[in-house]
Amino acid sequence: MQPGRANLDVFAETLLELARQDRDLLAVTSDSRGSGKLTAFGDALPGQIIELGIAEQNVVSVAAGLASAGKKVFAVSPACFLTARSFEQVKTDVAYSDHPVRLVGISAGVSYGALGATHHSLHDLAALRAVNNLTLIVPADNFETREAIRAVYQSAHPVYLRFGKAALQHVHQPGDAFQIGKAALVRAGGDLTFIACGETVAPALAAAEKLAGEGLDCRVLSMHTIRPLDEEAVLRAARETGAIITVEEHSVAGGLGEACAASLLQARVWAAFKIVGFPDEHMVHGSQAEIFRHYGISSQGLAETARQLAAQKA
Amino acid sequence: MATDQVLRSKSVEYRKTILRVIKQARAGHTGGDLSAIDILNVLYNHVLNVTPQTFGDPNRDRFVQSKGHCVEALYTVLADRGFFPAADLDTLCHYQSPYIGHPTRGVPGIEHNTGSLGHGLAVAVGMALAGRLDGRAYRVYTLMGDGELGEGSVWEAAMAASHYHLDNLTAIVDRNGLQITGPTEKVNPLEPLADKFRAFGFAVREVDGNDTAALVALFEQLPFEPGKPNAVIANTVKGKGVSFIENARAWHHRVPSDEEYDSAIRELDLACELDEGR
Repeated sequence: MQPGRANLDVFAETLLELARQDRDLLAVTSDSRGSGKLTAFGDALPGQIIELGIAEQNVVSVAAGLASAGKKVFAVSPACFLTARSFEQVKTDVAYSDHPVRLVGISAGVSYGALGATHHSLHDLAALRAVNNLTLIVPADNFETREAIRAVYQSAHPVYLRFGKAALQHVHQPGDAFQIGKAALVRAGGDLTFIACGETVAPALAAAEKLAGEGLDCRVLSMHTIRPLDEEAVLRAARETGAIITVEEHSVAGGLGEACAASLLQARVWAAFKIVGFPDEHMVHGSQAEIFRHYGISSQGLAETARQLAAQKA
Repeated sequence: MATDQVLRSKSVEYRKTILRVIKQARAGHTGGDLSAIDILNVLYNHVLNVTPQTFGDPNRDRFVQSKGHCVEALYTVLADRGFFPAADLDTLCHYQSPYIGHPTRGVPGIEHNTGSLGHGLAVAVGMALAGRLDGRAYRVYTLMGDGELGEGSVWEAAMAASHYHLDNLTAIVDRNGLQITGPTEKVNPLEPLADKFRAFGFAVREVDGNDTAALVALFEQLPFEPGKPNAVIANTVKGKGVSFIENARAWHHRVPSDEEYDSAIRELDLACELDEGR
């Protein structure tokens, strides 16, 4: 894997490119243009950034009103506030009213790891999976982020995307394809599958490379679209590899892992199965990387989980 | 433009329809429907530049009913304006009917789904801001309840409205003084309400919200002060038009019995005859 940039930087750059071609594209912010890396956007296109101050509920409702009048709106705010403080606005004004707002949760998961639970978003996927009419996207690397932003720009319905602020590794190769709702195969393998999303794909891929040297051939899927979930890819992983480890920067409750488990059980497809995420406990604090390591979201941690699961499979 | 005689006569007919529809559905917000109906009447029959034919026009005026629970009043006016057949009103709250107990875009003529309070002004700010950015002349109106003003999100939106100088936006408060628990001033006081809106940068006017002529005269003065969003505090009577429903807390969402309905219709018919004879 080659080192890349922060998804946040790629998001801001892609948005500016699109906005230069389309004066209906608006970024709506909650005193978050700095944290959203949108300062350059605001300087270049001051008429296309709407600042609403520290008022996240208002950001979401105003975005809905702008979208209803034909604007292509990206509402950009830290994921922790956008999906908790403004949950009802997301539910009612965006999803229920079906105004095509692109909700962009920045510094998601434990990006603000040392700042405490107020600034973590470990609930957003679970909460929003239970809200009808919202596509949920968690891009893994710079390629997926760029493709996702370009794809949702055209969307006629509401979307939520979330990503972090740390620099990332590239998990994709040149020439890879991206399609909303289709899992991306980032490594082929027949013994076990890592189904990961967002910034956990890189450690899953690193674990798979480590395990290859031990004779355990792991598939790695980037499940960038949490909803609609690519159930076919999940079932295929179970049938073809017999063991699945899901990995997410989210609570183990209600996120990617439980979505995959529900698909498998209801299709009566069995696999050795493990959900890796954050447990129901008072979270440890530290950098994103430290928190990942603490909860086993690292090449070592995931490799060890894979060894244990592969043993169960036999 | 309808004459005031026509508007007054429509108000009576609308009140009768609201009571009939609520009685039939066994559900509805009787008191608030009757306080708000004259405002909706004046908006849809005199003020708003929107018809069933122009509802998709980007230049149409927009209305967001933030106090979504008074949907029977809105459905009644939209049906009269031809957005959908009046017979559809008989399906209010029926299984699989789109005419549910709060406004949704599934009903022709409705811009935005509401029901949870405190959302309409912010959505209207977005619509007004889009109009401003696009250089369109349309106006945006929202109707809020007075009890609704307890929601903090209303005041977030109010700050943005004045920051962006949205004089194409009008926030109307149905100031009937009652919420479900009792008088607003006992539950969570709002006064001095006009001063609050002024302090948030609005041009504020007060009006008798059950007086169609006064409402028409006021809306013709928009914008009240160029560069400022407009607030209309419409002083109304909850349950207006039916003596035993007026100012009666229990009628927030009480459904009339057959006897109460007959009695209410007689009262409304009598008031109409007296009005026509004046």
